[in-house]
Amino acid sequence: MAILDKHAVIERNATILMVLSLLVVTIGGIVEIAPLFYLQNTIEDVEGMRPYSPLELTGRDIYVREGCYVCHSQMIRPMRDEVERYGHYSLAAESQYDHPAQWGSKRTGPDLARVGGRYTDKWQMDHLSNPQSVVPVSLMPKYAFLKDVMIEPTYITDLMNTHKFVGVPYTDEMIASASADFKAQADPDADGVDDLIARYPGAQVRNFDGQPGVSEMDALIAYLQMLGTLVDFSTFTPDASR
Amino acid sequence: MSKKPTKTEKKEVETTGHSWDGIEEYNNPLPRWWLWTLYATIVFAIGYVIAYPAIPLINGATPGLMGWSTRADVAAEIKAYDDANAEIEAQLASADLTEIASNPELNSFAVNAGSAVFQTWCIQCHGSGAAGNVGFPNLLDDDWLWGGNIEEIHYTITHGIRNEDDDDARFSEMPKFGADELLEKEEIEQVVNHVLSLSGQEFDADLATAGAVVFEDNCSSCHGEDGKGDRDQGAPNLTDAIWLYGGDKDTIRQTVTYARFGVMPTWASRLSESDIRAVATYVHQLGGGE
Repeated sequence: MAILDKHAVIERNATILMVLSLLVVTIGGIVEIAPLFYLQNTIEDVEGMRPYSPLELTGRDIYVREGCYVCHSQMIRPMRDEVERYGHYSLAAESQYDHPAQWGSKRTGPDLARVGGRYTDKWQMDHLSNPQSVVPVSLMPKYAFLKDVMIEPTYITDLMNTHKFVGVPYTDEMIASASADFKAQADPDADGVDDLIARYPGAQVRNFDGQPGVSEMDALIAYLQMLGTLVDFSTFTPDASR
Repeated sequence: MSKKPTKTEKKEVETTGHSWDGIEEYNNPLPRWWLWTLYATIVFAIGYVIAYPAIPLINGATPGLMGWSTRADVAAEIKAYDDANAEIEAQLASADLTEIASNPELNSFAVNAGSAVFQTWCIQCHGSGAAGNVGFPNLLDDDWLWGGNIEEIHYTITHGIRNEDDDDARFSEMPKFGADELLEKEEIEQVVNHVLSLSGQEFDADLATAGAVVFEDNCSSCHGEDGKGDRDQGAPNLTDAIWLYGGDKDTIRQTVTYARFGVMPTWASRLSESDIRAVATYVHQLGGGE
């Protein structure tokens, strides 16, 4: 066939081969990836979702830094056994403010997409400090040092601006009050608690690690305790066609 | 030696015309099985695209003729199990709590279902054998903080303890006698020795005698004059050898100084009524149920 004879030209010319390969890969990318940014079912708007509060965002950074995602996924798949064990399957909207997403790819430990509220702060504290003290068969390493690392909201506005840059809808007000919100969330007696909750509905305000000041443990537990708690599944009915 | 001609000798095959150092390449056709497999996969792909969600359009992908949806699938699968158990679950949810144990069929279902619920939701704190941990009560013994009959267990599981999510959660708060300076260091030392004497451990007699007065004034309203505790307030019995946080001198001193505030989540928002009743029945029959 004539067209197959012409193919020899491509095979014998590395530059044309490369340019055409790139073209084919680009078309594939446009067809497979681009629709995810505009299709309704991938950007389903769900009531209750809000950006992470400054303390939660800091906790999330610690989660990423310590590589929690290597052993823990945050993605409950729509299968009966997972739904029975972990709770309602994850919605795309629940990861919409995650940059990068923490879906993970392997479960050495359990899924954490809905771990929020499942355990008490004390349990989280005991478990992070020495996992084997509460779960004898656990393989998880100890993270006791987190409670000794005290943190200040030095870079929180930079961090929030970065997330804003990639599309998280932080308002100027949220960024301006980031430091105050950061401290207020770990201190129930602080003045700014009401403002914090107004800005971040559903934010949990407690002294998570039970010791004075804000430690990395506070931030991480604040993050863990809000995971999967924002969408109210008693009122949300998923659209089965999605 | 056999002189059988090979295939290539039998029929003339053209070469591609390529020649490298005198080595030529036959222009053999692709093996038939391979070619037909290729065609079959192409046909399959077309069928697949028609049957399942595939081509992205403006508002959504083409839904496919099969109407396939993971969300609908999982809902249907869960519904199938729920329907299969609907009758006995309804029976469990409406039964009188105290009568579950005397109905063999219901009891067997509740204990098995309760065991599964327990293994999923409870073992992280109470241990896979329900023997508890420091700060998390043992559910096998007869020592109950808030009551060990089926109704009290059911209430505790439903509403939890000292959590912020359920207004009906069981609540009590021990004062921080040391941290909030309600007692002098000396008085704490005295009352610690009194508590040691209550539980039959080694103690300093002089301090304990003084501690009895401190106990009477500060502790007896919850723990009782005899230190046997009060289940209405979740105040533990201090006279036995069972300790939630530890019964040695240092731990008791720490407890008196900083107090304890054990929290249990509410399960009403996560588990169905029949699940809660099942796990209550399971816990009740573990050994300590009253």
